[in-house]
Amino acid sequence: MKRRSFLKASVAASAAAAVGMNLPKEADAALLDYAGQGEGWKWDKSVCRFCGTGCGIQVATKDGKIVSVKGDPQSPVNRGLNCVKGYFNAKILYGKDRLTQPLLRKTNGKFDKKGKFTPVSWDEAFEIMAEKAKKTLKEKGPTGLALFGSGQYTIDEGYAAAKLWKAGFRSNTIDPNARHCMASAVVGFYRVFGMDEPPGCYDDIEVTDTMILWGSNMAEMHPILWSRVTDRKLTSPDRTKIIVLSTYRHRSCDLADTEIIFKPSTDIAIFNFIAKYLIDKDYVNWDFVKKHTVFATSPNNIGYGLPKTDKREKEVILTEEEAIGMGMPEMAGKPWAQKPVGLLYQWAISQEDYTKALEPYTLDFVAKLAKGDEDEDLEEFKAKLVELAELYGEQSRKVVSFWTMGMNQHTRGTWVNELAYAVHLLMGKQSTPGNGAFSLTGQPSACGTAREVGVFSHRLPADKLVFVAPHRAKTEKIWKLPTGTLNPQPGAHAVKMMRDLQAGKLGFHWTMVANPFQTYANINGWIEAAREQDAFIVCSDPYPTISAKVADLILPTAMIYEKWGAYGNAERRTQHWREQVSPPGEAKGDLWQLMEFSKRFQLKEVWGKYDFKINLPVGKFDKMWKEQYGNTLPDVLPGAKEMGYSPEDTLFKVLFENEGKKYKYDANSEVANGHKNHIAEDMGFFAQKAIWEEYRLFGKGNGHDLASFDTYHKVRGLRWPVINGKETQWRYREGFDPYVKPGQGFNFYGPLQKAIYTGDLEDWDKSKPKVKLFTKKENGVIVDGKAKIFFHPYSAPPERPNDKYDLWLCTGRVLEHWHSGTMTRRVPELYRAVPHALVYLHPADATKRGLKRNDLVKVESIRGFVKARIETQGRNQPPKGLIFVPFFDEHVLINKLTLDQTCPLSKETDYKKCAVRITKA
Amino acid sequence: MAKTSSRRDFFIRVGQVSTASIVGGALWGHVLVESKANAFALRPPGALPEKDFLATCIKCGQCVDACPYETLSLTKVGEDGEIGVPHFTAREIPCYMCEDVPCARSCPTGALDREIEINDSRMGLAVLIDQEACIAFQGLRCEVCYRQCPLIDKALTINYRPQERTGKHAFFEPVVHSDVCTGCGMCEQVCILEESAIRILPHKLAQGKLGSNYRLGWKEKTKISNFKDSSPEKTKEERQQESNEMLNNALDSLNDMGTLYD
Repeated sequence: MKRRSFLKASVAASAAAAVGMNLPKEADAALLDYAGQGEGWKWDKSVCRFCGTGCGIQVATKDGKIVSVKGDPQSPVNRGLNCVKGYFNAKILYGKDRLTQPLLRKTNGKFDKKGKFTPVSWDEAFEIMAEKAKKTLKEKGPTGLALFGSGQYTIDEGYAAAKLWKAGFRSNTIDPNARHCMASAVVGFYRVFGMDEPPGCYDDIEVTDTMILWGSNMAEMHPILWSRVTDRKLTSPDRTKIIVLSTYRHRSCDLADTEIIFKPSTDIAIFNFIAKYLIDKDYVNWDFVKKHTVFATSPNNIGYGLPKTDKREKEVILTEEEAIGMGMPEMAGKPWAQKPVGLLYQWAISQEDYTKALEPYTLDFVAKLAKGDEDEDLEEFKAKLVELAELYGEQSRKVVSFWTMGMNQHTRGTWVNELAYAVHLLMGKQSTPGNGAFSLTGQPSACGTAREVGVFSHRLPADKLVFVAPHRAKTEKIWKLPTGTLNPQPGAHAVKMMRDLQAGKLGFHWTMVANPFQTYANINGWIEAAREQDAFIVCSDPYPTISAKVADLILPTAMIYEKWGAYGNAERRTQHWREQVSPPGEAKGDLWQLMEFSKRFQLKEVWGKYDFKINLPVGKFDKMWKEQYGNTLPDVLPGAKEMGYSPEDTLFKVLFENEGKKYKYDANSEVANGHKNHIAEDMGFFAQKAIWEEYRLFGKGNGHDLASFDTYHKVRGLRWPVINGKETQWRYREGFDPYVKPGQGFNFYGPLQKAIYTGDLEDWDKSKPKVKLFTKKENGVIVDGKAKIFFHPYSAPPERPNDKYDLWLCTGRVLEHWHSGTMTRRVPELYRAVPHALVYLHPADATKRGLKRNDLVKVESIRGFVKARIETQGRNQPPKGLIFVPFFDEHVLINKLTLDQTCPLSKETDYKKCAVRITKA
Repeated sequence: MAKTSSRRDFFIRVGQVSTASIVGGALWGHVLVESKANAFALRPPGALPEKDFLATCIKCGQCVDACPYETLSLTKVGEDGEIGVPHFTAREIPCYMCEDVPCARSCPTGALDREIEINDSRMGLAVLIDQEACIAFQGLRCEVCYRQCPLIDKALTINYRPQERTGKHAFFEPVVHSDVCTGCGMCEQVCILEESAIRILPHKLAQGKLGSNYRLGWKEKTKISNFKDSSPEKTKEERQQESNEMLNNALDSLNDMGTLYD
């Protein structure tokens, strides 16, 4: 047999070396030494690094290395179980290409944007970072200084990042990758309940009898939660119903009683059909509706979050279905002006108007519009929709609706979230055990960190907002800042941050715990901007990712079990862990990096006056600021002096050390239990604990109460609000939530947007007084708070398949890999399990194009292309006309194809719909 | 293990022979005599039954060349099995189940069925050989073999079972279906264990066989048959003859006292 000297077109060759990176070889990841069968192993509790489920794990260490991981049998979430990613938590730390020293692009010993990465000291790294940051502050002001954070930050890291950026640099140009993940859920929560995060909890699964999945493939994305759903179905097979709604068939369909494949974006129409059906059949719980809710709507023509220059932001041609769905069929095929508005633009409507708005959403109209599989019989599809509506409507039936990215990553993500609450509120099936609309988060601490801490361009801790004067005042008090320090102007959200980078508005961009240059939609322009614009790009990462490659400076970062930390999962459960092993080489935790960086800035360099265009979303607050400060961020140095600060004090001293010093780190204390803390050891104080105790002041007494730092180290997490050591399973419900007083039944006490204008279906009427959605406040907490039942019409996505690009593209994850694969692709077993991203498509779509299974194809949108192999019979089975491609594979950079469209209200990217074509490569 | 020791024996004998300064031709002859069939060998899709396959294959290597994934190789000296015959090792590179089956199409002798449809091929059978090691059987959410199976939900399915220990989770147990499984070996390759819990075995080693007259009552639901149109009974004479024969047999036995008294 002759030996071939070249690699044939093996499946591995789909790598195509498009981005010039090497495949992680099995040999490249250290194998754990399982020999010795536990002799000398030391176990401690921790949490899984991956999804939003938040499984507890136990970690074994020996000789400074993690040698084993197992599910924590005491964790109420997973009772000792894990998914296959969780099973390999230990190995993510031991890839052979861990970064262990800062790397700076240099030529002839000096920083050069076109230079080659060269190892440098931390001192040199911070020196150049500080120089570039100061230059940016001088030239572009605080908004030019950007930090891209994460829903995988530990809580203390997110808190320190937000504090340094907002209080230290007075920049709101900070946003997490969670923006792409659950911003639509947040805005939905804000607008419906006035407060973020799910009212229910995982215990809903064991007590409900109906679970409806809308755009969620829980079987792969929340594997252990799905195990609980499965158990519920198995142990009560006749009563329990599971309905899966999706644009393609996936693994969750396997267990479903009914699977509804719908056309992209028509979920809005299906929700409206359900609402109309509930009213027509007189299933609505009017007692609940009248007592606890108000009907509402908001403008229809809000654009698609595309760049301002895109003509679709000015005008679109209405489809026939859109025109009918808005009750103006005569507008079909006609141009329709778009006008992006803020999320505060909403008003109450009458019950008659609400009912009238739903009129077009008949079974015939919606079934024809929404049926996503052309081979399915229309009558069968109709029967499924009726079955779905009946399940919501059946009086004695408990219903939980789950969703994840299918609904959040949606050009109408906020709307569709709100419609999910609408059908639950119409039935009064909300916030009670086994009843509720439940938005699942993707990331391990999207809730705990990004949302609760407020690592967003518009947020402050515990649901406070930067543009609300009393919220800033409270924050300035807790943070011990002079009045006027905090910048009231919401900063650039994630997508705008990239657009600003491209437009030359940013001078400094730091990425932490994220891989934006692989995972943003339409990455083409962003990568070029990072390399070509005069901006300093920093990336903190444990591994050489695409985003590290795109940077000017790479900071080596400690991974999860190499530091103390805490995550908050999708059911409001906060879980802390200790440092198990020391980081390799010079790698340091993100908290250490933020604090060390803050040592480079004196107050006089950052707290002076800036000229600054102010335009706040609320007129009252806009006026207040301008009357006091005009279009400036004021000089707060005099105020600082009054508080006893010196202009030469560093941000480190003022923001972290002053408070931190009160907490000494003692490795022999009960809470430390002999564990190291590389950050505390370097800083001289127990930074994580100091931050936690400061942070929890924000939530106390307003529904976000948290327990003490030490408490969490004794328990397997607690669901907030935690009052007198007791957690809360169902919020807003009497008997479970201590904020709901006896006799109230329900109290939707979220304080945001609780007084709104009224109007008709067209617009609000500002001449009439606002309606108040509560009766009074007691101790600052709303009494008799109401939730909103929104109406929104069907809206077509801005980009749809056409003659040239004839397929829908949907992207997402697979069970075996986490996000961009940085960690899981370095675990040999997971890499071997799913080595490459495949293009899942319908066999008929392959045949039509002369393609066979496993063929290498070119997938192309108007923005870019990738090459990958096709799978016509795999785990995901799209209907004709749609393909699915996962985004974990850095060799199949699918985000070269996706469109940077967002929900205009939440600014969350829609990764689920754009037009592509496929040809043989 | 028998396999290893036979291989060691082989090397020892080769050593003995070469120290005896026997010429190359004789050495090769010895090798051919010593190489035995490997009961675990997996053959390319469409292969004839093993005995016929070995008799028909001319060891030309064309199937190996045609395979786009380097799945196939010819057995080399020192490997188990008859030298020069194509086989594959699923854990290393499985069969990717090309729709046009280039390996079989290229076979000049028909040792591989040139007309084979890939889904009809039976290279072997996946067997979840070690449930104790398989983490799915412990309740962990793995099932990588299932999701990577090219005939997902047909060749491999999931059996859901409540998990009594936790009281709120379920087991997700992979189950192989022999009527669909082609033995491509993708499951064996992707298994995340150090040693795969699921293996491809030749059917002969993997399958039991139900007695051909027996059926499982809940699987094949039968109606009470209508006996009116039963096939005609044997003639009276035929039945009489049968009866006599049987009686004679009995008498033969009854009358043979053998050593009963001794």
